Amino acid sequence: MPTIYIDNKPFDVKTGKNLLEACLSLGIDLPYFCWHPAMGSVGACRQCAIKVFKDEEDTRGRLVMSCMEGVKDGMRISVNDETAKAFRSQVIEWLMTNHPHDCPVCDEGGCCHLQDMTVMSGHNYRHYHFKKRTYPNQYLGPLINHEMNRCIQCYRCVRFYHDYAGGKDLNVFAAHNHVYFGREKDGVLESPFSGNLAEVCPTGVFTDKTLKEHYTRKWDLTNAPSVCQHCSLGCNTIAGERYGQLRNIVNRYNHEVNGYFLCDKGRFGYEFVNSENRITQPLIRNQPIEATEHDTVLQYMRALVTGHNLIGIGSPRASLESNYALLELVGKENFYQGVPDDLVYVEQKIVDILQSGTVHTPSLKEIEQADAVLVLGEDIWNTAPIMALAVRQSVMKTAATHTTEQLPIPTWHDAAIKELVQEDKGFLANITMLPSPLDEISSSSMKAAPDDMARLGFAIAHILNPSLPEVRNAGEELLSYAATISKALQAAKHPVIITGTSCWNNALIRAAFDIAAALDMNEKKAGLAFVMQDCNSMGLAMTRASSFDRAVAAIQRTTNVTAIILENDLYRSIPAAKADTFFNKCKHIVVLDTLHNRTTEKAHVLIPAATFAEADGTFVNNEARAQRSSQVFMPANSEIRESFKWLADIKSLVTTASNGHGKHMDDLLHALEARLPQFAGVSRVAPPHDFRIHGARIPRESHRYSGRTAMLANLTVSEPKPLQDDDSSLSYTMEGYRGLPPSPLIPFFWAPGWNSGQSVTKYQEEAGGALKGGDPGIRLFEQTTAPPVFSKDIPDAFTPRAGKWMLLPQYHIFGSGELSVYTKGIASLSAEPYVSLSRRDAEQSQLKNGDTVAVKTDGKTYTLPLSINESLPDGIILVPAGLTGMEALSWGAWVNLSTVIV
Amino acid sequence: MERPLTRNIHPDRPPLNLKEYEMTGGYAAVRKVCGGGMSPAALQKLVQDSNLKGRGGAGFNTGIKWSLIPMGDQAPHPKYLIANADEMEPGTFKDRVLLEGNPHQLIEGMILAAYAIQAEVAYVFLRWAYHKAADLIRKSIQEAYDAGYLGKDILGSGFHLDMHLHTGVGRYMCGEETALLNALEGKRATPRAKPPFPQISGLFGKPTIVNNVETLCCVPHIVNNGADWFKGLSYSEDGGTKLYGVSGKVKRPGAWELPMGVTMRELIEEHAGGMKNGVQLKGVLPGGASTDFLTTQHLDIKMDYKSVAAAGSRLGTGTMIVMDSETCPVGFVHNLQHFFAQESCGWCTPCREGLPWVEKILLSLEKGDGTPEDLELLNMHTQFLGPGNTFCALAPGAMEPLQSALKYFRDDFEKHIEHKKCPYD
Repeated sequence: MPTIYIDNKPFDVKTGKNLLEACLSLGIDLPYFCWHPAMGSVGACRQCAIKVFKDEEDTRGRLVMSCMEGVKDGMRISVNDETAKAFRSQVIEWLMTNHPHDCPVCDEGGCCHLQDMTVMSGHNYRHYHFKKRTYPNQYLGPLINHEMNRCIQCYRCVRFYHDYAGGKDLNVFAAHNHVYFGREKDGVLESPFSGNLAEVCPTGVFTDKTLKEHYTRKWDLTNAPSVCQHCSLGCNTIAGERYGQLRNIVNRYNHEVNGYFLCDKGRFGYEFVNSENRITQPLIRNQPIEATEHDTVLQYMRALVTGHNLIGIGSPRASLESNYALLELVGKENFYQGVPDDLVYVEQKIVDILQSGTVHTPSLKEIEQADAVLVLGEDIWNTAPIMALAVRQSVMKTAATHTTEQLPIPTWHDAAIKELVQEDKGFLANITMLPSPLDEISSSSMKAAPDDMARLGFAIAHILNPSLPEVRNAGEELLSYAATISKALQAAKHPVIITGTSCWNNALIRAAFDIAAALDMNEKKAGLAFVMQDCNSMGLAMTRASSFDRAVAAIQRTTNVTAIILENDLYRSIPAAKADTFFNKCKHIVVLDTLHNRTTEKAHVLIPAATFAEADGTFVNNEARAQRSSQVFMPANSEIRESFKWLADIKSLVTTASNGHGKHMDDLLHALEARLPQFAGVSRVAPPHDFRIHGARIPRESHRYSGRTAMLANLTVSEPKPLQDDDSSLSYTMEGYRGLPPSPLIPFFWAPGWNSGQSVTKYQEEAGGALKGGDPGIRLFEQTTAPPVFSKDIPDAFTPRAGKWMLLPQYHIFGSGELSVYTKGIASLSAEPYVSLSRRDAEQSQLKNGDTVAVKTDGKTYTLPLSINESLPDGIILVPAGLTGMEALSWGAWVNLSTVIV
Repeated sequence: MERPLTRNIHPDRPPLNLKEYEMTGGYAAVRKVCGGGMSPAALQKLVQDSNLKGRGGAGFNTGIKWSLIPMGDQAPHPKYLIANADEMEPGTFKDRVLLEGNPHQLIEGMILAAYAIQAEVAYVFLRWAYHKAADLIRKSIQEAYDAGYLGKDILGSGFHLDMHLHTGVGRYMCGEETALLNALEGKRATPRAKPPFPQISGLFGKPTIVNNVETLCCVPHIVNNGADWFKGLSYSEDGGTKLYGVSGKVKRPGAWELPMGVTMRELIEEHAGGMKNGVQLKGVLPGGASTDFLTTQHLDIKMDYKSVAAAGSRLGTGTMIVMDSETCPVGFVHNLQHFFAQESCGWCTPCREGLPWVEKILLSLEKGDGTPEDLELLNMHTQFLGPGNTFCALAPGAMEPLQSALKYFRDDFEKHIEHKKCPYD
């Protein structure tokens, strides 16, 4: 470990770091703009200047940019050197020559890196007396606001959007002091990662347009650590509330999971919490006044749950606690996943693989560090966007490693690496049904039907381990792909295989496992990552409860059924006919949910559930990492409560035994661990509710939170007692412990002098490293040395059938989400319903683009406009999944396609 | 007095075509080298021994520069050789003489340089405005291909070289070799961080040498006549002749090939015919707009790299701009800063934001709106826009005429402030 002398004091620093990283990691405040821990150094802003001295005798030294110089043992530097300080202050003054003095009306004010760095550099008096430069702003779509006059030309936006995330429509234009960052012309930003611009921009050029609709300063928000609800990756977020309204979502750094970035669906898809479509009161239907309140509905429920056969339908988007509370209420044998059989079948295979522990499941960070990636059958761009971003980094970093192995260029030197790397890429085989933006960086990107993708997987596994069965009747093309891919995977040190459930194909999962296990047999550290569909799909699947189809079968044998449906619009996941069959057999239907939907319409009793923002809850992500999402605010409307609390109350109607339904959520989690041992550890995901530091809770509000005594003055002039949180050690106050909280309880990032999100460095072991005390989340499955069980069963090649098409879903990052489309901006970007056929199929049916096509399935006919897809394999019909107004279809079924309605 | 570079350049005659060039001894050096007369290593050594220094302004030994290129079977390929013909330094027009006067001489020099570093691809990166040169070079490259001096297996040597002409779009920044490389790759003309140097990671990330036109034109003559002959051409320790230029209010502005190390006095008084009647010499930018002023006290210094540096400036391109006693130094420097501010690429803060500020201050001085604080601000910029503080040499270069003007002509600046107007108006 090299020792460097900073202002004559020795410090041990890590090899391979630059001086800026070293200083920041040591806790030294050194201002910077263009450097970003995830994007490295380019030396543009010149803000991080320090002095470097040749030796102890050297008193003059040399001004250098700390981000562009690596640490060397024995090196002597000065941060406090007067010239260095003057220069840093001067850099700010230069930036300020054109920066508007509009902080009071700027959305970034109060969480602005430029403000922080200005104060840090000491610049305060303006010497520039001339006019400021001005720019026109652009319309960049419904999610991001553009205010170019504030730009300080740090180039971070293009480096993120263009270089890091692969977006093409944002760039830098013009030159000298007219450099412009934007699009070639006004228009919606195309990248689904555009929201990160608001965080990488050190000032208010790119800001969150959804926040602008209900703007609140960062310091006035009540915040809590949260977990994204919009896909299975479980990206960590910080959600902020004021006046009972969720105001924004920002990234919560987790080194192992999402790092610094979120996708736009995760960042902006929060507005459902504030929706007018929320269920705000318990309803008992079929009576003159349906709306009721807590005690009445419980009284009513007593009759429904006693003397009735209970069936509980769980939810892949409800927390583990709520699913477990339902399981406890109805009994384990009467608890079903609200998920169709075909999907449960695929998910169980995944859980089996994870539980066996034979192969390693990588975190997103590990995927970033993979040196060869095979995506087998999962459209991760749409179903797990941040994983797609991680795969992109793997491809880029592998190419960078090729060069840094040959030349002594440090890994942080982004500019030099880019010049050397040029168009070189690490290995990525993106095997999907349809083209994806990832194909641009893929070495190999075969497009095929799910069974054929699985066959490719088995062919790869066979090459890697010839004792595995051979794929019969494999074509030359498939074998040549298999040869290329297996060669690349074999050559890699850390290959990763990614697959998922969105093709509803079990063979894909088995094939992916066989590849990873075969690689491991050759002493590889292969990783096998799965993508699931919802934020707690893994948690629900791990209960190993039966599918919804089993519930339908069971209800046929039973009478007098009270069905309790937990946070699940069955019409989105189950074909309507099947859902109807179920509901028709129920005597009573009780639904707990947050928003009105087709399922809640069926409810005889409708109970208002809390959203993630109003609830504590544990969610298990795609790598079986259990993560805690904390309550951001207690709804003023006391009828809105966590489902598990409602269910506990209902449970208490029928039993006096506590069954873990104590006062605190911890009690429930302990009971869960005892009842379902596969969840051992979930009670330790976050500190218990009685955790205190120096006797204090961790405040959800900043010490600058304003209006506490005035906010409710219209109702009562005396300041009300702060709300009491019985489930976590976070408090609803400004007061409390102000040091670093345990990582699962970080409500927001702030440090003295660091008001922007850049303050995260102060929470990290080292700049860009793990959070102090370890990253939050507990992985529920251990890796074991159990021998792999390979597949024997390889599907036949996919063959189109005459007059029939296999119906498969197409996911869209914007539109397929049930909740995210409540955000107006996301709704406006959502795909319109359509149906896709291959060109050959369309031509054979004499169809052309835009023709209205009737798809017959599940006894119903859906008419949709045709969109011919040039890459789609023949014999498949694709329909977008989950768009508003589209119900669930029997994915994987063979359907008829008929008449063209002109 | 020998003038190897311009011997065959006559203002009243079109440049030599390939046949004519060969008749004057052209391509003999290529024949010698490719005919087995010299290994790449020997050619590098020869040029190193000749003490040829880069004529673009930096004055680095060309042979040593070449020797930093990875050679042998393990070297990355393709390697590139680039002629920097993006001559945009204000006051500089010496490469134009060579480009328009004898394009085959450049091509021959490039073939030799490419051979020395075993480059497979060569580019001429030409200033956009040099239309005549573009036509000539395009034609000459074709002639060289037709004659077998370019292409596959040149003269049976097994050495291949393809050559292309690339015309810029008019950015001064492209004269900076790494910005030139970015521009050639189709990217924004922003400079690159060094290290890694282009010899290691250049065009498209491959080993690359960028040489100035005049530098490359010297190479055939060194091959033909030897290192000692080349050194003997010079009055100083830097080898060869130099194309010097003089502009400003002199009687005969122009460019001349002269032994390296002639004095400034000889250049101005003999070759340029002295100052025009009625004006006196006040200052000289000895090597283009981005060099420090020298004044009458420096007239007897030798115009070579070391001597000019010792006097506090740089030889630069060797093409001087003479400032006369009737020209306002503040206005003169303002004009230069306007140019540099406009040509800043916008990458680093000090240059992007500092130069326009300097330009505005100088304009306000000229208008009579200056204050004593402005001189402090100008002074601050000359210090903080120095080498190492900015990303590349553009802003430090821009500060050279300003800092020296503040040193030698400070009273002119002060009079602007004192009288609230330009005293030269």
